[in-house]
Amino acid sequence: MNKKLLSAPYLLWAVSFIIIPLIMIFYYGLTDKSGGFTFSNILEISTSINVKALLLSLLLSLISTLICLLLAYPLAMILNNLNVNQNSFVVLIFILPMWMNFLLRTLAWQTLLEKTGVINNALAFFHLPSLNIINTPYAIVLGMVYNFLPFMVLPIYNILIKIDPNVINAARDLGANGLQTFCKVILPLSWPGVISGITMVFVPSLTTFVISDLLGGSKILLIGNVIEQKFTQANNWNVGSGLSLVLMIFILVSMAILSKYDKDGEGLI
Amino acid sequence: MKKLIVLFTATAIIVSSLAGCAGKNSVSDAEKVYVYNWGEYIDPEVIDMFTEETGIEVVYDEFETNEIMYPKVASGGVSYDVVCPSDYMIEHMIQEDLLAELNYDNIPNIANIDETYLEQSKQFDPENKYSVPYCWGTVGILYNKTMVDEPIDSWSVLWDEKYKDNILMQDSVRDAFAVALKSLGYSLNSTDELELNEAKDLLIQQKPLVQAYVIDQVRDKMIGNEAALGVIYSGEANYTQKENSDLVYVVPKEGTNVWIDSWVIPKNAEHKENAEAFINFLCRADIALKNFEYITYSTPNKAARELIEDDALKNSIALFPDADTLKNCETFKYLGADNDELYSTLWNEVKSN
Repeated sequence: MNKKLLSAPYLLWAVSFIIIPLIMIFYYGLTDKSGGFTFSNILEISTSINVKALLLSLLLSLISTLICLLLAYPLAMILNNLNVNQNSFVVLIFILPMWMNFLLRTLAWQTLLEKTGVINNALAFFHLPSLNIINTPYAIVLGMVYNFLPFMVLPIYNILIKIDPNVINAARDLGANGLQTFCKVILPLSWPGVISGITMVFVPSLTTFVISDLLGGSKILLIGNVIEQKFTQANNWNVGSGLSLVLMIFILVSMAILSKYDKDGEGLI
Repeated sequence: MKKLIVLFTATAIIVSSLAGCAGKNSVSDAEKVYVYNWGEYIDPEVIDMFTEETGIEVVYDEFETNEIMYPKVASGGVSYDVVCPSDYMIEHMIQEDLLAELNYDNIPNIANIDETYLEQSKQFDPENKYSVPYCWGTVGILYNKTMVDEPIDSWSVLWDEKYKDNILMQDSVRDAFAVALKSLGYSLNSTDELELNEAKDLLIQQKPLVQAYVIDQVRDKMIGNEAALGVIYSGEANYTQKENSDLVYVVPKEGTNVWIDSWVIPKNAEHKENAEAFINFLCRADIALKNFEYITYSTPNKAARELIEDDALKNSIALFPDADTLKNCETFKYLGADNDELYSTLWNEVKSN
C-alpha cells in the first residue's frame, strides 16, 4: 500500500496531463465538427500539401539525427576516456546551455545568422563571403542539431561508461586491433544508447514547429507547422488532432524499435 | 482495478475543488473587471490609475491573435468582462450572439470618439450597439529609403525581382491575401474562388523573393536594416522611424486594409458595469492620449488627438491618413467558416510551395 501511495502523485499527474489530453486528441481526431465519427481527419494527411510537409519533416529530421549521431558518438567516447574530474567538467559545459530556454537559444541563432547578423558582420570584417543560410532548410537542420544534440550525447555516454574496461582489454589481448574492438565490442554494446539517442532526437525534430518558424522564416512548411496552424489559425481542432494521430504512428514506431533494442532501458537517462 | 478507482476519485476531487475555487471567486470579486486585450496594447500606468480612481481591481490577460482569443471567449470557460477584438472578429461574435449591448449611459465619454470612426464601425457593427473604437490603422509598406531607388507607392514593388530576399511579408492569412487581392484590384473580402486562386498564384510567384514571413519581427528586422521593404501595421511606423530614420511608411495607391480594434463586452460578462466604467475611462481624452503615446497606434479619440503636443505626430500622414488615401481602403469582414477554411487551404498551398 505504501508503494502505491508514493506513486499516487505521479499517477494523478499521468492521468490528468497525459491520459486525458491523449483521449481528447483521439476524440477530436476521430470526430467531425458536429461530433460524428469520421476518419476524414486522419485521411487529410494524404493531401498533397500535407504529404509534402510530412516528407520534408522526415527528411530534415533524418538528416539532423544522422548529423547528431556523427557528432555525438566521438564526443561521448572522448568524454568516456577523460578522467573523472575532467569529464564532469566537460559534461557540465555541455549541459550548461540547456539551462537556458530553448526558445531563447533558437532566437539567438536567428540573430547570429541574419543577413546583418553577428556571423556575417564578422565574416565581412575579414573580407570573407557572407553566409546566407537563414530562412533555408539548412538553418532548420542547424537549429535541430544544436537543440537536440545533448539528447544524443547523454544516452550514448551513459552506456559507454557502463562498459566494463576488462571487456575491451580482453578483446585487445585476444589480438583485435582498435577498429575491430570498436566494431565488434564497443559498438554492439553501446547500441541501446545509440537507438535511444536516435529516438530522442528524431521525435522532437519530426514534430517541431518553432525551429522551422524562427529559422526558416515561416517559408518552409513542416508537418508540425501544419498542425499548429490548424489549431491557432484555422480553428480546426479536428483536423489538427487527426494529423497529430498520424504523427503519433511515427513516434510509436520509433518507440517500438527502441524497446526492441533496449530491453533493459539502459540507454535512457 | 482498485488502483483505478482511487485514481479517478482523486482526480475527481481535485477537478471539483478547482471548479469550486472558481465559483467562489466569482461571488467575492464584485469590485473586479476581467480585461482581455492584445499584448502591449495599453499603458500599464493606465490600469493603476483606473484602480486608484474607481477602486475596481483589473485582472488583465493578453492575446496574440483574434483567432486565439475567439475560442476562449466563445467556449465560456473564462468569463471576461471586456475584450478588444478587431473589426471582422467583432462581426463574427455579433453573429454568434456572444456580445452584450452596451449601455451608453455609462459611457458618456463616447462623445470624444470621432464620428468618422463610429461611421466606419458600422461596417461590422451596423448600429454601433456593441463596440467602442480603441485603436485603428492601415496596413502598408515600410521601406528603407537607402535601399530602394524609386518612389514607392504601389504593392507591385513587392513583386520586383530587384528586391529578392529583401522583402518581409506578413505571416497571417488575411493580411497576406489582402496584399495580393488589392494589387490585383479585387476586394480584400473576396470570396470568389477564381479571384482567390489568382491571388494565391501571385503569392506563390512572390515567395522566392520573400526573405521571411513574419508578424511582430518585421519591426526589429526593418530597424536592423535586414530588409528593404516590409508589410507592416501603420502603428509601428512611428516607432520604427524613431529608431531608424531611413524608414518611411506608405499606404499603396491600390488601397489596403483599414482596421479598427474596439472594446466589446461578452454576453457572459459578470461585471458589465465595471466593464463599461473601464471603457468610459479609456475614452477620456487624457487617458486616450497616454495610451496613444505608449502604443503609438492611431487613436480614434479626437479630444486626445487635439492634446498631442508634437505637431509632426499630430498631423502625421502615416498615422492619420487623409480621406483621399483611404478611398480605396476596406475593412475586413467575417467571411464565414467555409471561406476561412478556403483561405487557410490556399495559404498552406503558398507556404508549401
